[in-house]
Amino acid sequence: MSIDRRDFLKLAGLSTVGIGAGWVLSRPGDLLEASQFLQTKGLLHAKQWAMVVDIRKFKTAEDYKKVIDACHRIHNVPDMGNPKDEVKWIWSDSFEHAFPGQESEYMPEEMKHKQFVLLCNHCENPPCVRVCPTKATFKRKDGITMQDLHRCIGCRYCMAACPFGARSFNYRDPRPFVKEPNAEYPTRMIGVVEKCTFCEERLAKGLMPACVEASNGALIFGDITDLDSEVRKALANNYTIRRKSELGTRPSVYYILDIPGGDRNA
Amino acid sequence: MYNGGKILIGIIVFLLFAAFPFYNNIGKVSAKPEPKLDTPVIQQLAEKKCVEPKEFMKAEHMQMLNDWRDAAIREGKRIYVNSEGKIFNISLQNTCMNCHSNKKEFCDKCHAYAAVKPYCWTCHIEPKEKRS
Repeated sequence: MSIDRRDFLKLAGLSTVGIGAGWVLSRPGDLLEASQFLQTKGLLHAKQWAMVVDIRKFKTAEDYKKVIDACHRIHNVPDMGNPKDEVKWIWSDSFEHAFPGQESEYMPEEMKHKQFVLLCNHCENPPCVRVCPTKATFKRKDGITMQDLHRCIGCRYCMAACPFGARSFNYRDPRPFVKEPNAEYPTRMIGVVEKCTFCEERLAKGLMPACVEASNGALIFGDITDLDSEVRKALANNYTIRRKSELGTRPSVYYILDIPGGDRNA
Repeated sequence: MYNGGKILIGIIVFLLFAAFPFYNNIGKVSAKPEPKLDTPVIQQLAEKKCVEPKEFMKAEHMQMLNDWRDAAIREGKRIYVNSEGKIFNISLQNTCMNCHSNKKEFCDKCHAYAAVKPYCWTCHIEPKEKRS
């Protein structure tokens, strides 16, 4: 018996549907589709996280150390012991280096030698994100400039793009240089770039960033789009500057400057 | 055929050499890997169940870990609701390895057998184990 054209087309159509249905039903990934991913209950929400550094409250070397140590300890940041291989998430530097072009030789001595707490600025327009060829670094919905280190290929474009020196490259395996590893957080491996994440793993639990918690009020953290947030209050009541704002990256870290002794001519 | 004898000998020598792994291993059976589940945390569980059924985890844990990674890091979603509606915190170090604290007797058993080397542990910290 020969098959005519109509019957052949019907049969072909039915077979295609059958094969498709069989494939869909037999896929092993079904369970993954039955499951779902949710945000944690305690998650702190924001449109753009921001930080205000009240530099007036940083007085002794201890004030800087406790903030830096709090971060580096919980994030397993290695202490490489030499400036060339240094890995840092939060650090301090002089006015001249933090705000180049703003300094003058006649500025108050205290300010000239003051150390400023520096960290990733989580820019609203981050150049590191723009240049990353693998999208390993990306902007989260809450404004955090985040990195997916699983994707980092170590090309260091982001380090060249970042005007703030906020990114560190692991020239060596960092593992042996982490003295007391925090078993709840990963380390990094040789050949990836790392930086501050605004403690997104702590925000997910409803906690403030580690540095903010350790700073005793010298670091203020909050949503800059929220009028009632602590950062907005601090910005409304104080004169603040940002690092290299002329570059247009729109940094989210602000600095309240010291006014040593106030206006002595008054 | 010119030099037929030499060519034939050459082919035979080549085949013997290329097939060396096969005849060398004939009759040798390497033990089937049996990952161990007797960690203190698993012993304490009322219901000894992983996040998804055992057969699924066996076949799909790599895909699942990739999905967990992407959900947690890229989407900021750190809670996994499994096919039964149960809730888990998405974390290799704090969830998976909390139960499976015996990496050498669990992960490594099959990975060594299958000669795969997942690079999880270059960054993620493996649980501390007593060497047995």
